[in-house]
Amino acid sequence: MIEFRGVSKQFDDGTLAVDDFSLVIPSHKTVVLVGSSGCGKTTLLRMINRMVDPTSGSILIDDEDIAGLEPVKLRRRIGYVMQNSGLLPHRKVIDNVATVPLLEGVPKRDAYARAMELLDTVGLDRSLANRYPSQLSGGQQQRVGVARGLAVDPNILLMDEPFGAVDPIVRADLQQELIRLQQELGKTIVFVTHDIDEAFLLGDEVVILQVGAQIAQQGTPSEILANPTNEFVANFIGVGRGKRRLSVDGSVESNGNDLVLVDSAGHAAGVVDAPGGVIANGDSSPKSRSISNKTDQAGDA
Amino acid sequence: MLFAAALAFIFDPANLLGEKGILPRLMDHLLYTGLSLGVALLVGIPIGLIIGHTGKGKNFVIALTGSFRAIPTFGLLLFIILFTGLGLGPLVFVLAILAIPPIIAGAYSGLDAVNRETIDAARAIGMTEWQILGKVEIPLALPLILGGIRSATLQIIATATIAGYVGLTGLGRFLIEGLALHDYTLAFAGAILVAALALVADGILALIQRLVVPHGVSRGMARTTTRSGRRTAPPALTGTPITEG
Ligand SMILES: Nc1ncnc2c1ncn2[C@@H]1O[C@H](COP(=O)(O)OP(=O)(O)OP(=O)(O)O)[C@@H](O)[C@H]1O
Ligand SMILES: [Mg+2]
Repeated sequence: MIEFRGVSKQFDDGTLAVDDFSLVIPSHKTVVLVGSSGCGKTTLLRMINRMVDPTSGSILIDDEDIAGLEPVKLRRRIGYVMQNSGLLPHRKVIDNVATVPLLEGVPKRDAYARAMELLDTVGLDRSLANRYPSQLSGGQQQRVGVARGLAVDPNILLMDEPFGAVDPIVRADLQQELIRLQQELGKTIVFVTHDIDEAFLLGDEVVILQVGAQIAQQGTPSEILANPTNEFVANFIGVGRGKRRLSVDGSVESNGNDLVLVDSAGHAAGVVDAPGGVIANGDSSPKSRSISNKTDQAGDA
Repeated sequence: MLFAAALAFIFDPANLLGEKGILPRLMDHLLYTGLSLGVALLVGIPIGLIIGHTGKGKNFVIALTGSFRAIPTFGLLLFIILFTGLGLGPLVFVLAILAIPPIIAGAYSGLDAVNRETIDAARAIGMTEWQILGKVEIPLALPLILGGIRSATLQIIATATIAGYVGLTGLGRFLIEGLALHDYTLAFAGAILVAALALVADGILALIQRLVVPHGVSRGMARTTTRSGRRTAPPALTGTPITEG
């Protein structure tokens, strides 16, 4: 469990990036911090591994105030994945993945063996182990970044727009891989994005932020979709603009048991199961979420 | 012809050994160079690394490299000798002063050129500041660090000729004796020897500079390059569409 208690951060130049922020992040869940650029997401994330120290307030991991912990030690037990992989360009993939275990004194053989397994885990072919980062595609680099983040088997994984710089198809793929991984591993993941679709897809819980890391709304994706607390949230998640307000398109002949859904602008947005013309109740397992995610997860759900 | 005569002097075995021979003077020249470079490295490298790592003191580097360049080396040497008397110490001191700015500048600019995101990531995964310096910054900056050492070495080799004026030897002696005796062949031979030594040293350092370019990083420190020569297998992926490449 990660807990922010009245945390503020003012940078030296006077920017108040985070203003009295409080949040409890439950263990073994994926919590997504989402908000527009500059609202303080990265700052929040980097306060968890003490890359940034708060000006006031405290942050607790499993009820222990991290202000009292040695930053280097703390960082080594927290996985960190960033947008542009941040891999060491002069080290091979395998050495990048094994970096922290080796620093921690894990014997080379074990560290490399584990790193190889992690390549499997993140869906990378083992033949890539001896490449340098510059010899990988952006998507592959991000996978290596995730593998490195998992190398010390951390309880907490911090991810700062990890899929922000890859093309949409690869992004969709990486998102699905992360969902699969998380089902296996059950880490406490704090995920930062400015893409609300990604937030709803990945988050067990989503925290929508405004400038100064003010929480506009927090809840499960369905809770937020069903009850946007204010116009900002409604606009941010697209309900206000009608993108997510779907209705059955009566003008189209459906092929038996499906009904076509359209958004409020009249654009086709998807189909819904309707055996005999009656809309079925969905089960709200994580995968069913992607129904609300327009069409960019083609091939899944 | 002067050039031919100078070469004849250089390759005459009779001039190789003996008290005023080429070899002992070359050795002395190398000794002065080595000592001065050593002192300059001891001072310049730590300063350059500290400034490069912390990013503090950039202005110091710029001011230093500018103002030191303006110091008249020979004048400084004479000035110091007034107080210390002749000797190896003052020479090494003056040559080191000359060599420190390019060394600091090389180390600083090498570290400064390392991608900030790479360093940030290294810190975020739990490297200590020393580990960041030793395992990330220095390896990536090594070509530029060596570039600074290379130009420092050349300056020392060229300037060490002044040793001949202050009671020491080195290849500069040929120049001084030649000029004093109006033996221009001798003076020219001295000049050729200094130039040759500089070229050889430069060549060796250039080679080393190439060798230390880290694998996975192209020369000029570009962030993304493929070294196509190394590709043995096509990018094989599992569970990933080919669109990724
Ligand atoms: N080191 C810093 N010094 C001064 N101001 C900073 C610093 N880091 C961030 N800020 C400012 O703090 C605010 C929040 O920044 P932060 O990086 O947390 O935003 P973000 O939500 O991650 O944005 P993005 O989506 O663009 O990554 C911004 O106004 C930013 O300019
Ligand atoms: Mg950010």
